[in-house]
Amino acid sequence: MTVSVYIPSPFRRLTQNHEYVDVDGVNVAEVLDAVNARYPGFGNLVYDREHVIPPHINIYVNNHEIHELAGTETALHDGDQVAVIPAVAGGADEPTPSTALTSDEAMRYSRHMIMGQVGSIGQRKMRNAKVLIVGAGGLGSPVAIYLALAGVGTVGIVEFDTVDLSNLQRQLLHQTPDVGKSKLQSAIETLNAYNPHVTVVPHNAPLTSDNAMDIIPNYDIIVNGADNFATRYLVNDAAYLSGKTLVDGSILLFDGQATVFKPGHGCYRCLYPAPPPPGLVPSCAEAGVLGAITGIIGSIQATEVFKQILDIGEPLLNRLLLVDALTMEFRTMKLRRDPGCPLCGEYPTVTELIDYDQFCGSPPLVPIDAD
Amino acid sequence: MAVRVKIPTPLRGLTGEVDTVQIECATLEEMVGQLEGAYPGMRERLCDESGALRRFVNVYINGEDVRFLDGLASALKAGDEVSIVPAVAGG
Ligand SMILES: [Zn+2]
Repeated sequence: MTVSVYIPSPFRRLTQNHEYVDVDGVNVAEVLDAVNARYPGFGNLVYDREHVIPPHINIYVNNHEIHELAGTETALHDGDQVAVIPAVAGGADEPTPSTALTSDEAMRYSRHMIMGQVGSIGQRKMRNAKVLIVGAGGLGSPVAIYLALAGVGTVGIVEFDTVDLSNLQRQLLHQTPDVGKSKLQSAIETLNAYNPHVTVVPHNAPLTSDNAMDIIPNYDIIVNGADNFATRYLVNDAAYLSGKTLVDGSILLFDGQATVFKPGHGCYRCLYPAPPPPGLVPSCAEAGVLGAITGIIGSIQATEVFKQILDIGEPLLNRLLLVDALTMEFRTMKLRRDPGCPLCGEYPTVTELIDYDQFCGSPPLVPIDAD
Repeated sequence: MAVRVKIPTPLRGLTGEVDTVQIECATLEEMVGQLEGAYPGMRERLCDESGALRRFVNVYINGEDVRFLDGLASALKAGDEVSIVPAVAGG
């Protein structure tokens, strides 16, 4: 049985920069041994001292992770593709091999791929895309689900909260048995069930000025589903300082807002120069929110992400979309870059991340389920 | 014909859940005064202690942000649509 083995870029120094190595073997163990025989040292990268494949190494046979199959005993056939994929913190390495789509993928994504705007090239762009979602709550749920369904290869999620019973009225990622579980764990399970081809990268901490620049630069597109003003200004500033596109959305009561910020086209500070003093604008926990409005705004955010990945249509740039669910009116306002903006204006004064709790006058972040 | 003012749902508690208010006025300043007369408490939601528009509440005239027009001095004419848009943080 001759099979092709995909070698990830960090291991290619061993294989004289060969991306693919053809070897013989009847199962995964034999094939890995054959690669090691040709390129000594390879075995030390894929096995630990007990000769077990460690959790940070994933091995795929025709795009199926071998844990879903028969592990290293998985039988191989002529022409099979084996891929060795090390998990890298922040998803900096290729999450999936940049090979052709499998027949399983082609079938799964056929309603997208049949459209000229997507096709097989667009679908591979989806697979190569890395999107970060801040918050796995009301907005983060529909965004994460639609991204996973569409085959976005790497979906990062920043979340530190646990699932509360009061979340279930709107947060599609979490179900009744998940109450008390970490939202990240619940999100990973839901997204894996929807689409096992997607790599979910968990960031299990509140986003802060200390960690934002370690996380955000690793992604192509940032989606804001935060539930407080301090995090919204932080995400805005970190996305702008990293040169990233930010797909913004927010909700309260029966109202929703959505827009896209790209450096040079204005930012959240251009839209709202200062946050409200604490207590003046109620949170969803204090005032309430219609569950379905999170689906409307989250779906709009997911749509804008797909348009960015595929480079199609007119992005929701320089426009603020307002949705009023009670009148069911959708209106757009002009959103201009403010030349006096302290972040993206002509003479910026915010050139690094600041103390957002102080800026917003709010108490330190504590777990709340207002999102 | 008057100016149509769109009230966002977070401020409809003040208007008895009315979503659109018709007002006869020539400037945004006048509009705020008449809104306050009809729905006490509205001025405080829109303006700070110094009388300036709050920086987390945007007001648009026919989709244009009044901060890029003449602020509270912006002129209004019959048929204009004014949108009041407060920042919200829910996610
Ligand atoms: Zn700006």
